[in-house]
Amino acid sequence: MEVTVAWYLTLGAVLFTLGAVGLLVRRNPLVMFMCVELMLNAVNLTFVSLGDDLGDLGGQVSVFFVLVVAAAEVVVGLGIIVAIMRRRAGATADDLSVLRG
Amino acid sequence: MLDLVWLIPAFPLAGFALLLVAGRRLGEPRSGWVATLAMVGSFAATVGVVVDQLSHDEHHRRSVTTLFSWVPAGDLSVDIGFLADPLSLTMCLFITGVGALIHLYSIGYMHGDTDFSRFFAYLNLFAFSMLVLVLGDNMLLTFLGWEGVGACSYLLISFWFTDPANASAGKKAFITNRIGDWGVLVAMCLTFFTFGSLSYVEVLDATDAGQVAESTATFIAVMLFVGAIGKSAQFPLYLWLPDAMAGPTPVSALIHAATMVTSGIYLLTRVNPIIADAADWVPSLIAWVGVGTALFAATIAMAQTDMKKVLAYSTISQLGYMFLAVGCGAYVPAIFHMVTHAFFKALLFLGSGSVIHGMDGDQDLRHYGGLRKWMPVTASTFIIGWLAIAGVPPFAGFWSKDEILAYAWNESPALWAVGLVTAVLTAFYMTRQVVLTFFGRHRYADARPDEVVAAWDGRLAAATANLDDSVATVEAARTGRESAVAVRAEAESAHASAIEAARSATSGDTADDASDPEVLAQAVLAAEDAVTAAVMAVEVAEESLAVAQAAHTVAAADHAIVIAAAEGRDEVPALALDAAPDTDDVADHLPDAVAARADHHPHESPWTMTLPLVVLAVLSVGGGIMQLPFAPSLRFLEQWLEPSLFGNEVHLGLGAGMLWVLAAIAIAGGLVGIAVAIAAYQRRRIDHRVFEQPLLADAWAIDRAVGDFMGGPGRAGFEATTTFDERIVDGAVNGVGTSVRRLAGVLRRFHNGLVRTYAAGAALGAVALLLWFLTRASW
Amino acid sequence: MEAAVFIVSAVIVLSGAFGVLLARNPVHAALFLVQSVFGVAVLFLLLDATFLAAVQVIVYAGAIVILFLFVIMLLGVDRAENLDVEPIAGQRPLAVLIGAGILGTTLSALLVAVGGPTGAPAANSPLGDAGDNTRRLGEALFTDHVFAVELTALLLTVAVVGAVVLVRRLAGPLQPLPVVAVASEPEDEPEDTEEAPDEEAGA
Repeated sequence: MEVTVAWYLTLGAVLFTLGAVGLLVRRNPLVMFMCVELMLNAVNLTFVSLGDDLGDLGGQVSVFFVLVVAAAEVVVGLGIIVAIMRRRAGATADDLSVLRG
Repeated sequence: MLDLVWLIPAFPLAGFALLLVAGRRLGEPRSGWVATLAMVGSFAATVGVVVDQLSHDEHHRRSVTTLFSWVPAGDLSVDIGFLADPLSLTMCLFITGVGALIHLYSIGYMHGDTDFSRFFAYLNLFAFSMLVLVLGDNMLLTFLGWEGVGACSYLLISFWFTDPANASAGKKAFITNRIGDWGVLVAMCLTFFTFGSLSYVEVLDATDAGQVAESTATFIAVMLFVGAIGKSAQFPLYLWLPDAMAGPTPVSALIHAATMVTSGIYLLTRVNPIIADAADWVPSLIAWVGVGTALFAATIAMAQTDMKKVLAYSTISQLGYMFLAVGCGAYVPAIFHMVTHAFFKALLFLGSGSVIHGMDGDQDLRHYGGLRKWMPVTASTFIIGWLAIAGVPPFAGFWSKDEILAYAWNESPALWAVGLVTAVLTAFYMTRQVVLTFFGRHRYADARPDEVVAAWDGRLAAATANLDDSVATVEAARTGRESAVAVRAEAESAHASAIEAARSATSGDTADDASDPEVLAQAVLAAEDAVTAAVMAVEVAEESLAVAQAAHTVAAADHAIVIAAAEGRDEVPALALDAAPDTDDVADHLPDAVAARADHHPHESPWTMTLPLVVLAVLSVGGGIMQLPFAPSLRFLEQWLEPSLFGNEVHLGLGAGMLWVLAAIAIAGGLVGIAVAIAAYQRRRIDHRVFEQPLLADAWAIDRAVGDFMGGPGRAGFEATTTFDERIVDGAVNGVGTSVRRLAGVLRRFHNGLVRTYAAGAALGAVALLLWFLTRASW
Repeated sequence: MEAAVFIVSAVIVLSGAFGVLLARNPVHAALFLVQSVFGVAVLFLLLDATFLAAVQVIVYAGAIVILFLFVIMLLGVDRAENLDVEPIAGQRPLAVLIGAGILGTTLSALLVAVGGPTGAPAANSPLGDAGDNTRRLGEALFTDHVFAVELTALLLTVAVVGAVVLVRRLAGPLQPLPVVAVASEPEDEPEDTEEAPDEEAGA
């Protein structure tokens, strides 16, 4: 059986979907963040597989940058979560609804 | 002088302005003189302009003096300008002339009124508006004057507005007029649309040259006729004129007899080329509406009891004659009758005002009678006016009315017949009014039906009270006798016991002080005295009872007599021509007002009121000279007015013999009317109640029907319109706002502040976007 | 051979993802994330992206997830989350729907869509073999994309500074979070909006 790029792409799509659903369903902020990481991983996979398929290095370059930005994002995001979580332990995403109109 | 034609309306305008500012300070009577002098100045200016026009050639008597541009709005350019041509100058002459006389009259009539200067301010404003109406050189300026006279009519009718009935009458006049004004506005719009201009010179010259389609001319003519119906009080928009009599009498004379109500005829005469170009049924419509209204109003006038209401319906009737003339193409007779009508109707109204003034405000014909003894000048001038309106030669009214009837015969015998019947009725009701007012027995001091009824009620009440009193007295007397009898019985028993005691003492029983024989004997004597007194008291009581019973019998008998008399009494007639009603039976119970009237003496009016009457009487006698039918050279009015008529005057195709016959029939009809009225009211050979039907007195119940309709289905219509406006129109607008709010309220629920909801929303949007991109190519 | 490796790695990745999704304990979720990341690293190797595979393990698994675990332990949020209750009405069905939508659209975009992926190979950055990968990647980064690299350096600096600022402790007692009940029904009638923010500000 030949592993075509379609397999990778499918896997990437499924992973992305799982991450998205998890983001919507989970309430713990840290777990929600982890789902975001899953989505980013899926995107990375897609980039690399397409880059491999097209014979272009540009896919991997993109992944490089995504990785950097993801790291920065995690840093800042966790900082925010820490700042919030300190105020009240056990806070979930649902408790932060001050912006309701 | 022709350039100074603007002076004609300027004088009254200046008078109005002056009185508006300084009227109260000028006070009575100076403000009245200011107003009158303004009118006299206006009359002088008119005469000057007429003299100037007469010096011109007959075909160059139309001149336009433009003051300034009023509405320069693109295609519509309207100037303030005055068209001085024979028609408008004729109108100005009698407006200013008769107006000046009425102003003079008002100085005397309004003497003592607290709002004296306000009255004259309004009168001058009215004169200004009327002069602008007739002098305007375009339809918009005429409409300005048209509205102005409507407004002044409202102000003057409700002059004594503290009485709500007067205010209502003013409103009614204004609103009914307004309905007609709609017609004029539509006509003006269509005129501008057709001709591109509202100026009479352009419009009428274009029409005369044949540039107008028949349908357009028909529509314009009909719409102007609607306006004329409103202003000149023809059926069905006549309802306001009788109510307008609530205003002071000079107002009725000036506005509702001589000037404002003639504006409708003026307008139709002014646009005679358009009427000539309209369909044939338009003049017929005008003629039939006119003559129908004339007959209709004449029937009502026969049964009216208010002095001024008779004249009001008479005015409606005479205006109907003028419309009849216009409809028959007889413009000159229409104007002729307008002028003579101004003379004699103003005379009649001012005369009635003089009578009312002399009778201290009483306007009921049934209370007048025999006034010529006390008011000779008023009576003689009024009689001249009566003869003029009745169509008796050689007075002015005969000549104008006869010409109209001749043209009516020329047009259609049916029109002539209706006109003739109306003339007979006119003679009848005017004679009735004259006889009831100036001849016969003076009925003012008579007891009136309601007073007699009140008196009988009083007498019956007195008799009943008397009866009740007597019953009470009888009861009291009876009670008195009962007690007297009881006292006697007691006295007798005391006497018996005293004797018993004396007897037992002499027989030697019970020895104590009380049984002293002397004392006991004295006791017996005292007891005997008591018995005697008691017996006498009983007799007195019996006597008083008898007296009371007798009195009661008398009172009961009297009560029965009064009841029988009250039931069997004759109804007091409202109009007692023969003798005063017999009120001996109830003389004591008549209200005080009856006695107060017994010494009343009517007085003649001051010279400021009688002088105009005399002048107008002279004019009513000699006014016919303007247009004598005997020879073409004597038809001065026709020659003078010819340039304004563009040759649309219908020519009588009748021979001289026919004219004489028609004239004779008209005179005969008038005399018949006079004779019947004299027979009914003066000689009492005919029962006058035959003519005074309640339906006629109620004006064919039309006013009530209109009121019922407006109060019933009309009100339902108004309220439906209001509800429609509120709910649907406003509701649509407000509904948009409300539904936006509600929608926002619904959408608000999505803002629950939860991140996950927002994330779901974003994801949903992203999926939708993706879908769109994917399927985009296939769209 | 390659297929087998792929399938095994795919299983690892997907099971890790499911674990993240379904683990009640956040620490378990972090560990499942590590598993998933490792799986992806293996897939990178299959695709000859050797450098990235290494970086993936070092940065993702070795730094980011560790960071997660640090925070979890620091804050003590390792208590289990109650997954049976879903306070927001309709969230789960909506999530399933969205997941299906995303899956459907991405699959069709990547595999089936009009014309399919159309990217043309760039002429000047050919893919080498696995051994050459790091050198080529380095060359590409520091010649074609050097500007972006410098910017990411700046970005990282900003992120670090920002994180430090965010978590510093301020003087004074900590303000409690405003308490608002989750998924409570808003008022039915739209009313003047002035009142709503005020009454929630100082709860």
